[in-house]
Amino acid sequence: MSSLLELDQVTMRFGGVTALREVDLNVDEGEILGLIGPNGAGKTTVFNVVTGVFAPTSGMIRFQGKDLHIEPRAGLGLLDGVASRLGPLKGVLTRRRSRNRITQLGIARTFQNIRLFSEMSALENVLVGTDNHHQTSVPGAVLRLPRHRAEEHSGRERALELLELVGIAHRAEETARNLPYGDQRRLEIARALATEPRLLLLDEPAAGFNPNEKRALSALIRKIRDTGYTILLIEHDMGLVMPLCDRVAVLDFGQKIADGLPSTVQSDDKVINAYLGVPA
Amino acid sequence: MRSLPRIEIVGPVAEAWNRMPRSARWLATLVLVGFLFLLPNLTIPVIDTPGSDFASVLFFPVGIYVLIALGLNVVVGEAGLLDLGYVAFFAIGGYAMALLGTETGIPFVLILPLGILASMAGGLILGTPTLRLRGDYLAIVTLGFGEIIRIIARNTDSIGGPRGINQIPHPPSVGGLKFGVIDPKPYYWLLLVIIILVTLLVRNLQRSRVGRAWTAIREDEDAAELMGVPTFKYKLWAFAIGAGIGGSGGVLYASKVISITPDNFLFILSILFLSAVVLGGSGNMPGVILGAVVVAYLPERFRGFSEYRELVFGAVLVAMMVFRPQGLLPSRRRAAELRRGDQSPDDAVGGEVATT
Repeated sequence: MSSLLELDQVTMRFGGVTALREVDLNVDEGEILGLIGPNGAGKTTVFNVVTGVFAPTSGMIRFQGKDLHIEPRAGLGLLDGVASRLGPLKGVLTRRRSRNRITQLGIARTFQNIRLFSEMSALENVLVGTDNHHQTSVPGAVLRLPRHRAEEHSGRERALELLELVGIAHRAEETARNLPYGDQRRLEIARALATEPRLLLLDEPAAGFNPNEKRALSALIRKIRDTGYTILLIEHDMGLVMPLCDRVAVLDFGQKIADGLPSTVQSDDKVINAYLGVPA
Repeated sequence: MRSLPRIEIVGPVAEAWNRMPRSARWLATLVLVGFLFLLPNLTIPVIDTPGSDFASVLFFPVGIYVLIALGLNVVVGEAGLLDLGYVAFFAIGGYAMALLGTETGIPFVLILPLGILASMAGGLILGTPTLRLRGDYLAIVTLGFGEIIRIIARNTDSIGGPRGINQIPHPPSVGGLKFGVIDPKPYYWLLLVIIILVTLLVRNLQRSRVGRAWTAIREDEDAAELMGVPTFKYKLWAFAIGAGIGGSGGVLYASKVISITPDNFLFILSILFLSAVVLGGSGNMPGVILGAVVVAYLPERFRGFSEYRELVFGAVLVAMMVFRPQGLLPSRRRAAELRRGDQSPDDAVGGEVATT
């Protein structure tokens, strides 16, 4: 069990449209895996099933060996990991894992179309992420209990650290929507990191960047990986993907058509055809 | 959109306030609180209410409206959930006081928390199945809930049916403060203490993880959930806290008026409470308090005019929506969210994250 995330024959259907067809995909601990493919190939759908926005129509996703979409009911935590093997008892002992619980397991993402909390400051956006592993709830906050104050303090420090990491610490107090476009993309990464994920999903983080910004982003992604995160990256720019990724998987019309080292994938006929069209 | 001149009634005040040193702010707050405690003893010609006893008016409707609006603000202003049946929690609190006061010997100091708990339970019962709904759908269900509570009270003979409950006891006297029929001042003072407590507690929540979660949910519920915010839990908390505050208003109200009937809790009250929140500035406590004072006080001040209250209200609200949709004293954040709403609806970001 070296894989952090495993997609096992995942199919996702929306009415008559099959967005993903029997996709197998492994993400190994510590790697940067590139997910590429033409528009509409199903890349973002992969992100959506992995983060629990959709439950797959069939197939299964495991994260650290646990079934990602099914969790044991309250008080049955020991069953996590074997939830899918409970047979007829499954419906009684388990329930669907909600999106925020999936984030708590250690998966965080950014969005292709930036979705920051636009009227909150950059710092507050990241603080929402740090709250992911805080214990304080309403009673603690109302009474300003010591744990609440400690968490606020450490959360704030961690958030500033992350803003520093992505290079926008000097804009911590600015409202998110007033940040320049590139900084908004960086803020999304900081917010996702603040949830302390094992696996970070980046959905076209370099969209709309100029070559200089892309280089800087590339360095940032590598730095984040080296700090101990695993990264699954959707990106269109081959100049960015090929040198950065340890491995690349290619989707076309919802099916995985290639998976391997960047150099191998690059010269794969099926991949070339998918991007350029089959010669008539 | 054509840009209209925005009338900044409070901009300078807010700025001056923020420039003041901390100690001066404390002093100003103390002076204000002192003034509010003395208010029923003062006879100020302009703000006095000619048709009715000023101290009574300060308790109901003004004070009660302020408390209730603060509670509704947690639901509407903080978490962004539209509740059109908020009067239900006021009713649950009122009936809790009436029933426990007349049927049992439980002292008032216990009835108050019990009434709050009962209302919170009502909030949980309403919220658990319905908070999976969003926007308009939630509003419709809450509207139904408000009516259901009133109709249940009307049709249950064991709690008085349409006649309601009489002979509700007053709180016991404390020291020199006599809670009786004649003097409304002790009730007003008790209410004021509770309003101040509520303000402090809600402010603590705003400045915590909980407040951040509410703001995140209001701005982008899907993104919040994907960043690990347990959205359902915090929406439910907002409902329960709002309900509890509404219930405390109900307990206090019932403890003063001796008798309550289902007709004390009509749908129009839900609308008036909501008007207070929206008029004053959803999400900003000083604004909401101002809104509640305006909505409750003006009809009492201009008694001859109060028949036309709803008519004037309609006109004022339409004018507000055109000229100042963010309310009299808006929170800066809410104001910006509303402006943004004019231009680009948030839901238009495409099918990246489907709203399920």
